[in-house]
Amino acid sequence: MAVEDDDFERPLRDLEKKIEELSGVPGGDDRADEIARLVRRLETMRQEIYARLSPWQRALVARHPKRPYTLDYIQFLFSDFVEIHGDRKYSDDPAIVAGLATYKGTPVAVIGHQKGRDTREKVRRNFGMPRPEGYRKAMRVMDLAEKFQRPLFTFVDTPGAYPGKGAEERGQAEAIAISLRTMARLSIPIVVTVTGEGGSGGALAIAIGDRVLMLENSIYSVISPEGCAAILWSDQGKAKEAARAMRITAPDLKELEIVDEIIPEPPGGAQADPARQASILDEVLMAQLEEIRSLPSSDRLEMRYQKFRRMGKFGQAKFF
Amino acid sequence: MDIAWFKKIRKPKQPVENRRMQVPEGLWVKCNSCKEIIYKKEVLRNSNVCPKCNYHFRISARERLAALFDEGRYQEVDTDIYSIDPLRFRDVKPYKDRLREYRERTGLNDAVINARGTMGGFQVTLSVMEYGFMGGSMGSAVGEKVTRAVERSLDERIPLVVISCSGGARMQEGALSLMQMAKIAAALGKLHEAGIPYISVLTDPTAGGVTASYAMLGDLNIAEPKALIGFAGPRVIEQTIREKLPEGFQRSEFLLEHGMLDFIVERREMREILIKCLKFLVNTEALAASAPAAGSSTAAAGSSGGAVQDSEASGQMARSREPLPFPTSIVARKQAQPPEIR
Ligand SMILES: [Zn+2]
Repeated sequence: MAVEDDDFERPLRDLEKKIEELSGVPGGDDRADEIARLVRRLETMRQEIYARLSPWQRALVARHPKRPYTLDYIQFLFSDFVEIHGDRKYSDDPAIVAGLATYKGTPVAVIGHQKGRDTREKVRRNFGMPRPEGYRKAMRVMDLAEKFQRPLFTFVDTPGAYPGKGAEERGQAEAIAISLRTMARLSIPIVVTVTGEGGSGGALAIAIGDRVLMLENSIYSVISPEGCAAILWSDQGKAKEAARAMRITAPDLKELEIVDEIIPEPPGGAQADPARQASILDEVLMAQLEEIRSLPSSDRLEMRYQKFRRMGKFGQAKFF
Repeated sequence: MDIAWFKKIRKPKQPVENRRMQVPEGLWVKCNSCKEIIYKKEVLRNSNVCPKCNYHFRISARERLAALFDEGRYQEVDTDIYSIDPLRFRDVKPYKDRLREYRERTGLNDAVINARGTMGGFQVTLSVMEYGFMGGSMGSAVGEKVTRAVERSLDERIPLVVISCSGGARMQEGALSLMQMAKIAAALGKLHEAGIPYISVLTDPTAGGVTASYAMLGDLNIAEPKALIGFAGPRVIEQTIREKLPEGFQRSEFLLEHGMLDFIVERREMREILIKCLKFLVNTEALAASAPAAGSSTAAAGSSGGAVQDSEASGQMARSREPLPFPTSIVARKQAQPPEIR
């Protein structure tokens, strides 16, 4: 993979550095004009680069270490957040955060994957890869939301469910399966937002809802591009090709009728301006929640069923 | 799922009627597990199970159907659903070509067969996966068929049995494959609420998105001996934790020990035990009490979703089968490496 493919932000960093250097040196009006010109150029360049990201580059943006995570969105969008811990069976899984909150005056439940910022936190959060306990904790909060009839918001951002020894021993597959079935049958309104990486079953487990939204530069896929490349091309280096072939970007998923709406990101992506991203998201969440809340719960439930029922593209003919 | 690996598996090349004649060349077969050389007829007589070490050879979906239904008689349904290539996917080979090859090789539309018939007198819907078709991987067609099996059971209020055998979701259909997990789990949610029995039978291998959706959602989850069952594949786990997995990790016996399975059942006892369970699960009085007042029409409402072209409702004449268990050929299996799981 060529460096410019992976490091597509380098021209931006170079220009930023130049602006910084110029700003550090005293100068007259000419200098100020020059800086202003460069700043404008930087913004144009940023928009241009982000307008033509390849699927692989979008995957890199989705995984950007500065991208806002669930707890950031919670801070921006919700008040009165009370985090709930543990599955009451085995342990607490910090790769999923879940709790009670208030959204525009309405008590709601919130569940999301959580990655860490620094090394220690990353390890503690297991890079956002949940173990079965994470999904079981999420289901506890789903049950609370159902019992007290509160809407549910979920935020999806995981490379996938953790492929570890203990996770297998304690029923990773069972936890995901039950979570899928549970979410499909909750009578409360559910709005799902894929904010970063929608990594396979580990993402889907908390992504069944009446509305499924995707941030512009998030991805959603059945397997990571690297994993797909390793199996089908026998070469992890073909991740770029796999990313394209699997159709993992938000516009792809919209076209495949898997997501309902794409949420625009600010120039330079969500990580460039998390507060602005949150406010863009806020408007969409509010509108979507409003729509689905007004429906009778039995209608909403059947609509959710039909929404997922329709997913998939196949043919009908007799060969044999 | 590792393409290169399952390519090496012998696959029956003709539809089942002729295939029964087609005993694999040679009189002897080498067991993949104990490596003993065994007289082939002895293996066939033993439900395709090694008489020395109890290794369960992989068998085809139709062999299972014939062995499970009363007198081996059943009706295949939903036979007209097949995979298209919605993403125009191409790795080292176009997905379209792979599909055509597997259709020719297996005589099947895709990696699952839906059937209905009776078991011990009970009307049941059976959905059986075919590993010979792209490693039993689950794309839109498999997802649609399993969902229809669930909805048929829901509409007719009869038990559902699904026999899984799959490397997981099919990468070549991207997120569409992933969504089949949601679609089937949602249908099973309805079945669960309606109080209709569902038995999930896990066979070697059951992995990835199949395990993490319908295979783990049975009222009873049961498995054949020594089947590889898991979410992540052993190789992926070993790479992640950077250590070698112990012998028997993710095998049926391991899952049983960890509380993930209700019981393990030998293939030759499968039919008998399923019938025993159905006697408990099919409570006619309870089903009648919980029946919806008006006729439900779940299957009708959603059944044509996603289809690119319509044709008349599927279903074909009942096929007659010998009542003998597993009368057809052994599908020889290379044990070189475990299948990759997603
Ligand atoms: Zn043997």
